[in-house]
Amino acid sequence: MSAPPTPSPPLWLLAELTYRCPLQCPYCSNPVEMAAAGQELETEDWLRVLRQARQLGAAQLGFSGGEPLVRQDLELLVAEARQLGFYSNLITSGVGLTRERVLALREAGLDHIQVSFQSAEEEVSALLSGSRKAFAHKLAMAEAVKSAGYPMVLNFVLHRHNIDQVEQIIELASALGADYVELANTQYHGWALLNRDELMPSGEQIQHAERVTNAWREAHPEGMRIFFVVPDYYEDRPKPCMNGWGQMFLAVAPDGMALPCHSARSLPLEFPNVRDMDIDTVWHRSEAFNAYRGFDWMQEPCRSCPEKERDFGGCRCQAFALTGDPTQADPVCTKSEQRHLVDAALTAANCHKTGGTAMRYRTLQASRDILASQS
Amino acid sequence: MNKTTIPRLNRHFRMQWEEAQNCHVLLYPEGMVKLNDSASLILGCVDGSRSVGDIIADLSARFPDVEDIAGDIEEFMAIASARRWIEPV
Repeated sequence: MSAPPTPSPPLWLLAELTYRCPLQCPYCSNPVEMAAAGQELETEDWLRVLRQARQLGAAQLGFSGGEPLVRQDLELLVAEARQLGFYSNLITSGVGLTRERVLALREAGLDHIQVSFQSAEEEVSALLSGSRKAFAHKLAMAEAVKSAGYPMVLNFVLHRHNIDQVEQIIELASALGADYVELANTQYHGWALLNRDELMPSGEQIQHAERVTNAWREAHPEGMRIFFVVPDYYEDRPKPCMNGWGQMFLAVAPDGMALPCHSARSLPLEFPNVRDMDIDTVWHRSEAFNAYRGFDWMQEPCRSCPEKERDFGGCRCQAFALTGDPTQADPVCTKSEQRHLVDAALTAANCHKTGGTAMRYRTLQASRDILASQS
Repeated sequence: MNKTTIPRLNRHFRMQWEEAQNCHVLLYPEGMVKLNDSASLILGCVDGSRSVGDIIADLSARFPDVEDIAGDIEEFMAIASARRWIEPV
């Protein structure tokens, strides 16, 4: 077996500061087992991680969670990130943000705030987030972000219950003065996988949303940029997940676990912890980060596939979640013998008609209940 | 964008040297563009006070051997403007 090629440096550091969050979105990409995570890293640990990752070449930094605003040391971490030369992005629900904090973060050197929305209207937003007040507050905070001079990126996670509102969503984003809008269909990991039958839109819904999006783009050539992400279950080739395992992306979970993708905690691998290992060793020498680098780990049909250098066999977490084997092809691929699993999931979701009432909300208690039922 | 336009870097982009990439880059929300030598040379002249014409004059004087440097600069300004890296003051 040949040694994997020396990887290029990680461009992206995702700092998941906490799993705490005031909202309960049922499509959250956090692990369902989040209640089992160890204690949150201390400020000193994060400062060390930022320095080591920057030294290695990371340029983009995402502060995420959970809701990163619940960390009181956020401004301090932002200031260190700016001083180190990171371009720092805050990925937030907007809950916990105030006009004062928007300005204080700007002062500390934050480059960009991405506010995520559940919907373009209050009722759906309240149903999905578990908070009645969140929607109005998000609108106010989006305006505060804009007026503080940040580039404004709004993120809407799409699923069956809001995808038909895509026109209102685009109009809302445009009215708020967004520079970029991400219409990101749910990716089925973590809580979203648990709620897949309740969230998966139909093929017709996706086609409609794409038509509306394209029509808006054509009518507003100078307007905000819209990124539309299709749920990969409806594709016939897998996404080049993370641009390849351990190629450019490094996530650090709230408890210090270092991961090549924020969903990777679900995989049957021993991941290193930044409390015991420096970032250079994590990236270059840890067993977990080398596990799926290169092509030697692949099985057929990936191993001899001419497309393997484009999609790297797809998503390891999805392969494991659906087939039980993380070295299989991502079953989204129609060349995979396991594609029937994806088709069956689509059929099941399209036949499922409870209207959202059976959703499992993302709470620490729900996570504890799930862990208890597993043991 | 014509010769009298005074371009400035879109404030949502940041240009900096990246040692690990061994090149200048433009950073923006959740993304990065690597710049080649001529792109970083031209963008480095974009300061919100000099016009496209001033920049052409400056670089023509510094690199007299480069053929049609004016055409290259104008072409780059058009591309950078279409990608919203730069905007008129």
